[in-house]
Amino acid sequence: MTLSQKILALHCGKEIVYPGEFIEADVDLILANDITGPLAIEEFEKIGAKKVFNPEKIVLVPDHFTPCKDIKSAELVKIMREFSKKYGVKFYEIGKAGIEHALLPEEGLVLPGQLIIGADSHTCTYGALSAFSTGIGSTDAAAGMITGKVWLKVPSAIKFFYYGKLKKYVGGKDLILYTIGKIGVDGALYKSMEFTGPAIRSLPMDDRFTICNMAIEAGAKNGIIEFDGITEKYVREVSGVYHDEWEKLAFGDDSEYEKVIEIDVSKIEPQVAAPHLPSNSKDVRQYSDVKIDQVFIGSCTNGRISDLRKAAFILKGKKVHPEVRCIVIPATQKIYYQALKEGLIDIFISSGCVVGPPTCGPCLGGHMGVLGKGEVAIATTNRNFVGRMGHPESYVYLSNPEVAAASAIKGKITHPECVMERSEG
Amino acid sequence: MKVKGRVWKFGDNINTDDIIPARYLNTTDIKELSSHCFESIRPEFSKNVKEGDIIVAGENFGCGSSREHAPISIKGCGIKCIIAKSFARIFLRNCINIGLSIIELENCDELNEMDIIEIDFENGKILNLNNGKIYKFQKYPEFLQEIIKSGGLMEWVRKKYIK
Repeated sequence: MTLSQKILALHCGKEIVYPGEFIEADVDLILANDITGPLAIEEFEKIGAKKVFNPEKIVLVPDHFTPCKDIKSAELVKIMREFSKKYGVKFYEIGKAGIEHALLPEEGLVLPGQLIIGADSHTCTYGALSAFSTGIGSTDAAAGMITGKVWLKVPSAIKFFYYGKLKKYVGGKDLILYTIGKIGVDGALYKSMEFTGPAIRSLPMDDRFTICNMAIEAGAKNGIIEFDGITEKYVREVSGVYHDEWEKLAFGDDSEYEKVIEIDVSKIEPQVAAPHLPSNSKDVRQYSDVKIDQVFIGSCTNGRISDLRKAAFILKGKKVHPEVRCIVIPATQKIYYQALKEGLIDIFISSGCVVGPPTCGPCLGGHMGVLGKGEVAIATTNRNFVGRMGHPESYVYLSNPEVAAASAIKGKITHPECVMERSEG
Repeated sequence: MKVKGRVWKFGDNINTDDIIPARYLNTTDIKELSSHCFESIRPEFSKNVKEGDIIVAGENFGCGSSREHAPISIKGCGIKCIIAKSFARIFLRNCINIGLSIIELENCDELNEMDIIEIDFENGKILNLNNGKIYKFQKYPEFLQEIIKSGGLMEWVRKKYIK
C-alpha cells in the first residue's frame, strides 16, 4: 500500500484497502472556517443533531474575512462562536489565532498518522506532518461532527522523487510550482501525491508545509511526506508527543504507485506561475518584464516564519518601489510575535511595506489588499484564477517570498539575485 | 428519474472562483449566492438560466476551493445536472452530499450550447433532442447511489445515526 492507503486502512479497521474502494473512516480532527463553518452548522442543526461526536476533535477557525470585514462576516463568526460555546468545540478567537493551516500544526493539534478532514481545500497542508489530510465540504464537516466519520474513495497515488541540490533562492514553493507545471492542474486528480527523495528529506518543515499545501492545485486528494527526524523534532516541539509507531509511516514500494516521477531539483530556478492557472509556472526570468502594482507576502502557503525571514533578508536596507504596494501578513499571531522579536517587522516597515494582522484576506480577494481593474500582483499565495484577488480583470502571479520581495523593490517581476549585492549573495 | 433542459456550455478547469467569487461568501443565502453564479466569467448566466437547465463542461470542473457555496449557487439557479469530462474531487463530493446530479461523460464536446437534452438516470442515457443522438454514461457506484437516494449526506446520516 501507499502511505496514504496505510493510514486509511488503520482508520477503517481493515488490514488492507484498495484504490477505488469506498470506505467510512474514523477521523481524528475536523476543521472548518468562517466561510465553511456556518454552512456546516446550518446542516448540523437542520437534521436535529443534539451533540457532536467529540468536542476535542472539532476546531473552528475564523480566518478568511477576519478581523471581520463587514456586518455579514461578523454574523458568520458569531454563529461559530455560539456553536463552540454550546457544544464545547475548539474555537480560535483573533488575537490568539491566525490562518488555520499554519495554526493547527503550531498548536500541536496535528500528529503523524492522523486522518484529518477540513472544510477548506488547503487542509492537505498537514500531510507535511505525515498525516492523511484532505479538504471536504461543509456538509461533510457537518456529518463528521455528528458521526466522527467521513466517506472516502481510497485514492491511488503518484510518487514524486526529488533529488539534487537546490539552487539559491529556490525552496518548497518552487518545487511544487514546478511540479504542478509539469503535471497540470488536474495531473493528480483524485490521487495522493506522495513526496520523497533526498531533496525532500533535507527540506525544513515550513517548505514541506508549502509543498503539501499546494497538492490540491494539481487536483490531488492529499499530499504527504514520510515521517523523519525533521518531522519528529517539529512535533516534539509543538506538542511534546512522540509515538514509536510513527516510524512505520513509510512509503510503499514503487510498484504500489500508479506512476513514479523523478525530478532533478538542481535544474529548477525560482518559479513564477502566470495568470490564470498555478500550472503556468516558468523560470522567474521569463516574466521579468511584467510590471506590478501590488505584492502580497503571506497566506497558508507562505506566511510562516521562515517565509518572512526570507522576504526580510531581501528587503533589508532597501525600499519598496514607489509605485508598488507591498503587503506582508504573518500567518498566525505567534509568527507575528516571533517576527517582531527577530526585527523582521522593523525591516518590513522601514522598507515601506504595510504589515497586517493574521488573515487569509487578500489571497481570496476578501479584504486587506483587493485588486482593482487591470491591476497586477505578485503573491506568495496558491491560486491565480480569474478574479481571485479582486476585479475579474486583475492579474495574479504566484511566487516564493524572495521573488515577491525582490519584485516589490524593482516594481516588476524580479529574480532575487538582481537586487542582492555579490557579498550578500 | 428523467431531466430535460437546455445546455449551457463551459470549458476546462472552471474553478470555484469562477462559479462564485469569494467576495460573496459572506452569506449562506441561496438566492443571493445564485444571483452571482458565474458572474466573473459569464455575467448573463444567472439572469437567463431557467429551471431545469443543464451545464455541460470540460475537464476538472469545480477545481479550487472547498466552498460548498459553489454547487449551492448552481443548484439554486435551477440547474438540474452538471455533465463534464471530469470533476474536481471536493466539488464532486459536495454535489453528491447536497443532492445535485453530476455525470462524467468523455464525449460531451458533441453537445452544443442551447441544445435540448434529456437525461435518463435510471438507464444511464442522455438523448440530444436536437439531433436524436444518444450517449451512455456510467451510473454512480452503489455507495454513492445510497447517499443520493437518501436525499443527500445529511439525510443519510440522520437515518443511520440519529433516529
